[in-house]
Amino acid sequence: MKLIFGRPAGLTEVNQRYCPGCGHGIVHRLIAELLVELDIRERAVGIAPVGCAVFADEYFNCDMIQPPHGRGPAVATGIKRARPDCILFSYQGDGDLAAIGTAETVHAAARNENITVIFINNAIYGMTGGQLAPTTLPGMRSTTSVQGRDTGKQGYPIKVCELLAGLDGPYYLERCALDTPKNIIRTKKVLKTAFQNQINNKGFSLVEILSMCPTGWGMTPVQSKKWISEVMSKYYPLGEFRNRAKEEK
Amino acid sequence: MPEVKILEDVCKGCGLCCDGICPVNILILSPNRINSSGYHPATVTDMEKCTGCGYCYITCPEPAIEVYK
Repeated sequence: MKLIFGRPAGLTEVNQRYCPGCGHGIVHRLIAELLVELDIRERAVGIAPVGCAVFADEYFNCDMIQPPHGRGPAVATGIKRARPDCILFSYQGDGDLAAIGTAETVHAAARNENITVIFINNAIYGMTGGQLAPTTLPGMRSTTSVQGRDTGKQGYPIKVCELLAGLDGPYYLERCALDTPKNIIRTKKVLKTAFQNQINNKGFSLVEILSMCPTGWGMTPVQSKKWISEVMSKYYPLGEFRNRAKEEK
Repeated sequence: MPEVKILEDVCKGCGLCCDGICPVNILILSPNRINSSGYHPATVTDMEKCTGCGYCYITCPEPAIEVYK
């Protein structure tokens, strides 16, 4: 009997302390598998966010750093410029990337920094208790919008991929989801492209992943998976928003 | 014959692997067992039917599932 699917060497033996059914664990595993497959684990430096994944340094079996809230792309820029042989990935949630860190994200994309940004969009602030996030859907309930997001008062969500696609800088932008095995396999392929772009010195890659937060959404894990398929991916359409590799051909 | 091993104490009983993900529907949340964290872990009802596709592993956030072939 040979092990064909099991915990990848890119993850430590620490059991993750996320809620049952949280999408973070799936993305951690995909990244860990790629660190091994692309043989970059020894020179990879991960940037942990502020949010539920703040303990990512305990889970990834590679060098990690935990900068102030939202400053992932800025810190990644610094490390990449000082040590161009390192492979940088900034792992960020929607509060980290689309709220407090919007400026760092937009400017890193505009400069086409040679880094990989992984953006986990779960449409809510998970760690602090399910408050309204910049990515909360119109009409969606959170603990600070109990009647549902009122676009008259709280405005409209930020669609990060569409926002960055308006810039000339970024090399690769794509949105994917974790709702079905097919989409998870697709997500891994997209993450692989994003890492390969950095290895080939192409520039800024951002992968937005629609992920579930069953606790914050007040649903079971299975219901939240269906909600991504039926509601969330309608508002945030999946697909490629920029791929200069194709444009250059 | 492929074999699925559930790491019972790592499983958080989210049920993502049980909801029609398995093509042969052999995964359920065990109603009678409770693990050290207080969750009902996933369990395999009929190992004979397993095809070793790995879909349960792909959807598991922990990962608490190992597939052998």
